[in-house]
Amino acid sequence: MTVTADTAPAAAAPAPPRSAFGAAFDRGFEILCFSAATFLLTALGGIVVSLVIGGWPAFQTFGLNFFVSAEWDPVQEIYGAAGAVTGTLVSATLALVLALPLSLGIAIFLVELCPPILRRPIGTAVELLAGIPSIVYGMWGLFVFAPWFAKHVQMPIMMSARPGTLWETITTGVPNGAGILSASIILAIMILPFIAATMRELLLTIPAQVRESAYGLGSTTFEVVRKVSLPYIRTGAIGAVMLGLGRALGETMAVTFIIGNAHGFPTSIFASGSTIASTIANEFAEATEELHAASLIALGLVLFVITFAVLALARLLIGRQQHT
Amino acid sequence: MSTSPAPRLARRINELVFLAFCWTATAVALLFLAAILWSLLSQGIGGLDLDIFTKSTPAPGSVGGLLNAIVGSLMMCVVAMVGAVLVGVLAGTWLSEYARDSHYGKVVRFLNDVLLSAPSILVGLFVYEVLVAPVKGFSGLAGSVALGLLAAPVITRTTEDVLRLQPTALREASVALGAPVWRTILAVIWKSARGGMLTGALLAFARISGETAPLLFTALNNQFLSFDLTKPTANLPVVIFNFALSAYDDWRRLAWAGALLIAATVLTVTVVARILAREPRRS
Repeated sequence: MTVTADTAPAAAAPAPPRSAFGAAFDRGFEILCFSAATFLLTALGGIVVSLVIGGWPAFQTFGLNFFVSAEWDPVQEIYGAAGAVTGTLVSATLALVLALPLSLGIAIFLVELCPPILRRPIGTAVELLAGIPSIVYGMWGLFVFAPWFAKHVQMPIMMSARPGTLWETITTGVPNGAGILSASIILAIMILPFIAATMRELLLTIPAQVRESAYGLGSTTFEVVRKVSLPYIRTGAIGAVMLGLGRALGETMAVTFIIGNAHGFPTSIFASGSTIASTIANEFAEATEELHAASLIALGLVLFVITFAVLALARLLIGRQQHT
Repeated sequence: MSTSPAPRLARRINELVFLAFCWTATAVALLFLAAILWSLLSQGIGGLDLDIFTKSTPAPGSVGGLLNAIVGSLMMCVVAMVGAVLVGVLAGTWLSEYARDSHYGKVVRFLNDVLLSAPSILVGLFVYEVLVAPVKGFSGLAGSVALGLLAAPVITRTTEDVLRLQPTALREASVALGAPVWRTILAVIWKSARGGMLTGALLAFARISGETAPLLFTALNNQFLSFDLTKPTANLPVVIFNFALSAYDDWRRLAWAGALLIAATVLTVTVVARILAREPRRS
């Protein structure tokens, strides 16, 4: 309260005119902040421009074939992106299909079912899953998960597949546990905490009265979630899913470890494949031929365009949900 | 809602299946976390001896540690964080204090969010094109820039979020006392929001300390202990990547020990950040 007493007389006196120096400093600080913001913008712009310039020789050499062909042959210098693009889309989509129901279940558990004492520890544990570095997922996937998966999942499925059926075709592969499906499962664990966290935030935005009145009418938890909560958060939930998809598309190290790194179209869910990111991670440091490096950068540009579209849509949907 | 017995039974079964599914989903996630932590501990703890911190990465078959990688990683992360905090805090301040809902502010905010979730390997490609290819040399500095570009958007985002939470009355009070805007921001707003800003910086640090992809072709690797960031610099993630995929058992043992070190660091920092974030709510 002494502060008020001290400053009261000063406030009564006419305010001293602000010095030119002070005004200039004020303006300077604003410009500094503005430059920092613009710097980030420039960085993103720089990424796009550098990818376009770096990848240009590949587009020029192969033209439209770069996107259509799945042939990737550094020896003969023929590069086509279709195999890696397919691998990226397939593994990310599979990961999303696996992660979506699980993360929805976790979010609902944390909001509706969890005993209050356990809410924070379990919430933190799920967050820790998001904190584990990608390379650790990769090592664990290759050395711990893959052998287990080969023995307990892959072998039984391959043994039981009847010859000649479609099921047999999509489950053929080397039973070593590495491949498209294994990569998708690891990816699913990695994106699950992100989707679950966003879903949880969205579920918490539902006004308590809305949910409580549904319960008051005698609804079960299942009915409240299906008919009240999910319709309420629909737009934002789709955004959360897209955000997870964006992460799965660009994930590099974990996939590089476990997808098997084979070029061309993936032939089955157990077959080795490659994604855009894993191809770049594996080959870029050794790409001494100009066309090889350019093709890898062109792949990067394709990845950027795909993830940008997905992320932009996600932000748009989540933003819309939060404003309404 | 019908009250006839059959639908009532169906509703109860639906409910039970649904509840069971939610419990199972959570259990599955926790099981994976436990399995990963268990593997890290059981495989990594054996390799964690004094050599790890005192010797550099060995040739296959000889005794060695991870000293050069730990030093390299630390140096790159510190340099990256200094740059990222500078840019991120100022950019976040601009978004919160000056831009607000202006058109340009919205564009920056949106593109910062895109940068935040952009694949890290693309940032690596960009830095390679800008800083590695022109001088024809990999360097720790290029690695730092790549890591900094990944950390800055995180800090920008969290800074803006916490600054926006500061009450308008606080700004008005400071301005009413005659403080210019810059003084208000530095001495009042930043000071009052410092806990949240620290959390943001810690989360950004946690994110970049395990990043591997952008370092593969920027910092590359170095077999020896080096303090020169203009040369290729050893770093934990890339060493783990190379050693884990090698055929030598002692290299793999070092990779597991390194993985345990990184995971322990990242998880500790994450938990500390979460605790700090909770602090202001209590007071």
